[in-house]
Amino acid sequence: MNDFLHSHGWQALSLQGFGPLLLQGTWMTLKLALLSLALSLALGLFGASAKLSRHTLLRVPATLYTTLIRSVPDLVLILLIFYTLQLWLNDLTDLLGWDYFEIDPFTAGVITLGFIYGAYFTENFRGAILSVPAGQLEAATAYGLSTAQRFRLVLFPQLMRFALPGLGNNWLVLLKSTALVSIIGLADLVKAAQNAGKSTNNTLYFLIIAGLVYLLITTLSNRLFKHLERRYNTGIKGLAR
Amino acid sequence: MTTTVHALATAEHTHSSRPTPRIASIGADATVKLSVADLHKRYGEHEVLKGVSLQARKGDVISLIGASGSGKSTMLRCINFLEQPDAGVITLDNQTIEMRQGRAGARAPHPAQLQNLRTRLAMVFQHFNLWSHMTVLENICMAPRRVLGVSSQEAEARARKYLDKVGLPARAADQYPAFLSGGQQQRVAIARALAMEPEIILFDEPTSALDPELVGEVLKVIQTLAEEGRTMLMVTHEMGFARQVSSQVLFLHQGRVEEQGSAEILDQPQSERLQQFLSNRLK
Amino acid sequence: MIELFEQYGQAYLYNDGAGMSGLAMTLWLFVITMVLGFFLSLPLALARVSRSLWLRWPVEFYTFVFRGTPLYIQLLICYTGLYGLEVVRDHALLDQFFRNALNCTLLAFVLNTCAYTVEIFAGAIRNIPHGEIEAAQAYGLHGWKLNLFVVLPAALRRSLPAYSNELILMLHATSLAFTATIADILKVARDANAATFLTFQAFGTAALLYMLLSFALVGLFRLAERRWMGFLVPARG
Repeated sequence: MNDFLHSHGWQALSLQGFGPLLLQGTWMTLKLALLSLALSLALGLFGASAKLSRHTLLRVPATLYTTLIRSVPDLVLILLIFYTLQLWLNDLTDLLGWDYFEIDPFTAGVITLGFIYGAYFTENFRGAILSVPAGQLEAATAYGLSTAQRFRLVLFPQLMRFALPGLGNNWLVLLKSTALVSIIGLADLVKAAQNAGKSTNNTLYFLIIAGLVYLLITTLSNRLFKHLERRYNTGIKGLAR
Repeated sequence: MTTTVHALATAEHTHSSRPTPRIASIGADATVKLSVADLHKRYGEHEVLKGVSLQARKGDVISLIGASGSGKSTMLRCINFLEQPDAGVITLDNQTIEMRQGRAGARAPHPAQLQNLRTRLAMVFQHFNLWSHMTVLENICMAPRRVLGVSSQEAEARARKYLDKVGLPARAADQYPAFLSGGQQQRVAIARALAMEPEIILFDEPTSALDPELVGEVLKVIQTLAEEGRTMLMVTHEMGFARQVSSQVLFLHQGRVEEQGSAEILDQPQSERLQQFLSNRLK
Repeated sequence: MIELFEQYGQAYLYNDGAGMSGLAMTLWLFVITMVLGFFLSLPLALARVSRSLWLRWPVEFYTFVFRGTPLYIQLLICYTGLYGLEVVRDHALLDQFFRNALNCTLLAFVLNTCAYTVEIFAGAIRNIPHGEIEAAQAYGLHGWKLNLFVVLPAALRRSLPAYSNELILMLHATSLAFTATIADILKVARDANAATFLTFQAFGTAALLYMLLSFALVGLFRLAERRWMGFLVPARG
């Protein structure tokens, strides 16, 4: 197949033989972004509830978490957490007398990105929860819905309305910042493009290809979020339907 | 200590045209459906309820009236524990809601008992509080299905029955609340309350948020319910309506029951404060 | 820890022996980027809301591309990608420009922040109450005067909150400069880490410096919002 493409001068289509490498990189980027997203969404919901809690013991650490994380560049946090996570782990295994084990860069990347963006999603969800009119939950309480039912049936579908624009934005920032993990050695899309570029002496070409892949993902994400916004906005006058 | 003082003060301030029911007699009277005794509620320094009581028999329509800030809405909201009363006893069908000492010293009822109470007292809110992401049908079916565990067919049948009862066309069922008028929304909210088939309905200023021309349609529905002999507690500013439907009227002033009695007290108020309140209303 | 500061304290703040470094370099990068990005974004924002397709579309395409791809890729293209082209190397002026890492970095940063800023300002221009512009037209303002004296001031004030957010994000984004061998705060932290193995302290110090800068910036913008956005607060009394 490659020979065929080469011989017909259709090099562009097989990306000079680096297509599979770039595809692997893209898959790595997507995996990393989606797993980090899942972690940060969970942290965000938890953090938002903690920030809105009546208990100082929950509120203060959550506030500290969002304030500190959001005031430091993600790249600095990535390096800080990535490198020290392993050191702390070594100390811990030493202390417990366990065998040394190396945390793999992928897991470390997911934990790091998830932890950082959890702070952004916390703010996102906090604002959204505050935007849900109090009467909506009050009615649910008055009719005897349990705490879990109140969250699942009333609060969550309503807060999504207010959270979605911010969620979409944060997701794009998270996706783009996965590009930084190539700096700590993960074979993501950027790394693949750099490697392909080095081997062929045509860095610009492969960087542009990588850029196009990101553009494709961000554009599709935008579509998806527009669709979700329409879905969660049912029942609002002047929007949707 | 303070509780006793306020309880005395309440008794002193109550100029009722009929003998004030004694708190001690509550347990004995089998015809009493709901009794609220010596309810206290404070927000920080501000004491909103200074020991208020009421008794509702089956079929009673009790109106709570008073100026804004008199505590009437708070009293209603304490009855189903949307607000936690600081002191007082609430008894439904001779069964007292047990208050346990919760965390941080707050008194709270037992969760199972609270749940039971809330399924038996349905509430209609001033601002309707219909769930805006659900259709009318979903709004009405939600609590019967999720809380009472009624089958979805049964819940839907109930919903359609009560929509009809509050005078809404069947096609309203699939609308979202935001696309209905205020009067229609409040009637949906009443249907939502009825679908719980509650023993008592609590109305918290059901017409205050409505445009004047929409008040009538909601009052008409409430009147029908009163005529059916449903037990209802209603916070209201509609004096004419209260006079028409109430079997009992409580006038609250600064957290106390200033005067109570039959609807006649609206025509012949005994206390100066109620006279003043009513004459201000007429102006 | 003390050893770290004795050895690298000066480098973290302003000079690493070879030239400007650390905090000073980060600030310098940041200020140049923001100033150039700001002035470049004004005409582009006006073009972005223009009725003419020929003005609007190129700008829309530019912001789409630069907001839809990671800054790191943009930096790599400016720093390693373009210099790989013979056209660039053969052209004396271009060769001189792209040979310098700082130029490449600034180019990527300015193009990136400008794209986001254009969208912020364009959004604000669209949100100016139509009456304000009509009133200006009624008083005889049109063309560049209308834009300069009415449209832009009204839009800029309204975009302060969003713009301050972009400033913080760009301040944070300058930390990418170390990948192009620029001696900013993070580069010093990496050098310090490599030499002393005090990983947490080395990167922690960098984090602390960025944190202080962020807080200072937020404080400045609080003041600015009080000064220039007071008119948007509903009148009291």
